[in-house]
Amino acid sequence: MISTVYAVLFYLATFLMVAGVGMKVFKYATTPVPLNIVVSPAPRTKRGVVFRMFREVIFFESLFKSNKWIWLFGYLFHWGMLIVLLRHFRYFTLNTWWWVEIISPIGKLMAFAMLAGLLGLWARRIFQERIRYISNPSDHLMLALLVGIAGSGTMMSYVTHTDIINVKAYFLGLMRFDLSHTLPADPILMAHLGMVVILMIIFPISKLLHVPGVFFAPSRTLVDNAREKRRVSKWARNLPPLPEGIPAKEEG
Amino acid sequence: MAPLDDDKKDVPIFSDYPSQMPKIECGASLDTNTFKAYPEHNEALGFPGELIDNWQEVAIAKIGELAKKNRAFQVYLDACVKCGACTDKCHYFLGTGDPKNMPVARQDLLRSVYRRYYTFAGKYFPWLVGARDLTKEVLDEWYTYYHQCSQCRRCSVACPYGIDTAEISMAAREILDTVGVGQKYCNEIIAKLKKTGNNLGLNPKALRATLEDLEEDLEDETGIEVKIPLDVKGADVLLITPSADFFAEPHIDGLLGYAKVFHASGVSWTISSYASEAANFGMFIGSYENMREVSWRIRQAAKDLGVKRIIFGECGHAWRVGYSFLNTLAGPFDFLDQNYPIPQHILEFTLDEIEAGKLKIDKSKNDEHIMTYHDSCNVARGSAMGPKEGGQFDVPRAVIKAVCNNFHDMERDTIRENTFCCGGGGGLLTDDLMDLRIKGAKPRMTALQQVTEDHGVNKMAAICAICKTQFSKVMPKYGYDMDSVMSVHQLVANAVILDGQETDEADPAAAEETP
Repeated sequence: MISTVYAVLFYLATFLMVAGVGMKVFKYATTPVPLNIVVSPAPRTKRGVVFRMFREVIFFESLFKSNKWIWLFGYLFHWGMLIVLLRHFRYFTLNTWWWVEIISPIGKLMAFAMLAGLLGLWARRIFQERIRYISNPSDHLMLALLVGIAGSGTMMSYVTHTDIINVKAYFLGLMRFDLSHTLPADPILMAHLGMVVILMIIFPISKLLHVPGVFFAPSRTLVDNAREKRRVSKWARNLPPLPEGIPAKEEG
Repeated sequence: MAPLDDDKKDVPIFSDYPSQMPKIECGASLDTNTFKAYPEHNEALGFPGELIDNWQEVAIAKIGELAKKNRAFQVYLDACVKCGACTDKCHYFLGTGDPKNMPVARQDLLRSVYRRYYTFAGKYFPWLVGARDLTKEVLDEWYTYYHQCSQCRRCSVACPYGIDTAEISMAAREILDTVGVGQKYCNEIIAKLKKTGNNLGLNPKALRATLEDLEEDLEDETGIEVKIPLDVKGADVLLITPSADFFAEPHIDGLLGYAKVFHASGVSWTISSYASEAANFGMFIGSYENMREVSWRIRQAAKDLGVKRIIFGECGHAWRVGYSFLNTLAGPFDFLDQNYPIPQHILEFTLDEIEAGKLKIDKSKNDEHIMTYHDSCNVARGSAMGPKEGGQFDVPRAVIKAVCNNFHDMERDTIRENTFCCGGGGGLLTDDLMDLRIKGAKPRMTALQQVTEDHGVNKMAAICAICKTQFSKVMPKYGYDMDSVMSVHQLVANAVILDGQETDEADPAAAEETP
């Protein structure tokens, strides 16, 4: 019964996340950029922009320059989460890929980096007056959710192991629309998966949109070529034409 | 205009260091409000004269419209994670301590309304995500705090996603204009420009007389005839310069510098009375249509005069519009000489002339000045110069160093892409915001004071009409003389020696006399 409920939830969450983010990405990609508003100094070539964005996404370059503490905690959290997520491939592939095997031991440890980063960010949100001022309940809940996911996952890795063989069988089944496997009735696992479902569902309707958003911010993604290249968006082209020439009365 | 009640203001004191955190004080600058535009100003710009009856409905619809027309607006409203990296970057926050002047909080004034009407979470769980109904109080708050943003983009540099508060602030002002709540300073000026061709409302006759006076000054100083041509058909270069260059100090001295450089280079040039303004306040109010209309005048003037090149004088936001938007708004400029950048900055031109050895320079003429340089925000973060990335920082410094012996940069965190706004940009250079302007200048003035202590710096050069006016007004509040701010081309003018110039009369102060 619970296995079926979770199956439905995972299908639903996957659909909502993929469709929701897809719609947002489509919207971002098709919304015009009427003027070149790149924040300079900016690269003069497309290659340069790719390199700039690479540095932003891989190193959080701007954040590093602007705030070392947020960078440190944010970096620990995001990279920790990435390695942990990659490690999770072992539960979704029949024969674990070689590189997943390699990172698996690190992946287990990276859960602590992820947790440390999250707790650091949360502490700043609570104790740093400026950040407390700009925080909404959703900002705290988002951190709570991520701490919950990371915490429950770490519990299963280090404290009370769940029946991981069955979990893997269950998810491999889900991926092939075979619902004959059952999830172990383990409360920590239930909590872990439940919170993941919530995270997936709120992805396209929350600030998690910074993930696609970073790739569509015109202030960073445009090439500094405004003197050479015009960009007239469709709605601007349809503006009423302005008169040619200088009105006689205004001539000096 | 109401006189400033100076006694009410705290005497500004320097911070210990430029980015020093203020004590947070909610509502500290809630009462700092700029005058609202009269109906005729709004109407001249195509907006309703006064607050319309169905303003709420129209404003909400406008948010949706802007989100469809401008990717930046849409992405920036969605992507913020409230990390807080921008919170200590705004000079108005550092100066006032009002938390709503923190960039993210300023964005949230509008984001909260966007969320309420355009997002799932805001529609059904407003308390969770800080979503708010659009009430009259919220509208008033927009008016207050979106007129405490100089659109300098320092916060955008700090943001991990590049979220640019300037874009949000421009959008907010456009929404306010759309429902009939305009700002007097900006809208009156744009209306004036549409009538006369410049922000001052100076007609061609008065402009000609002013320029002739300046020509006389130049002749008195140099002993030779240096022209400041107006409406000369067939000139090579059309100079588009802020109208402040015609009447304000130290702007005029910059204009005299351009005239000397053009004279020495032998390039024929002209000013246009029809486009006698580089400034384009259409940008400050976020109005694409108005910005396009103002830019269009430059195209028409260039065509009418049959020039080959367009060069912009020293003006910060004008150079952002010129460099980044002009080609889009009023291009293509296929009728101009394609061998030169379109448009070109006067500093690019001057540096080329210096490097080609066409200017005779006596650097010692500037020896009394121990210089630093203030990167104007719109030049620093909204444009570029020269062929190399970062040229907007290096070209002005190269020119200054070519004409001055003493130069020291201010602290790294306060210059180049991290430069602090002068405190008067973005349509806030009005006496009714003087209190805010003084407070907003604090980080810059603190950085200046550091180099004054460390290196004896006594002058700061700038290449923006707004910066120059702002500093000449607020510097005295911080204990500097009002002429401690200089035009970069004023330094050039001091050092350049023209062919045939009487050189025995070596009075460096001559160029600084008010005409």
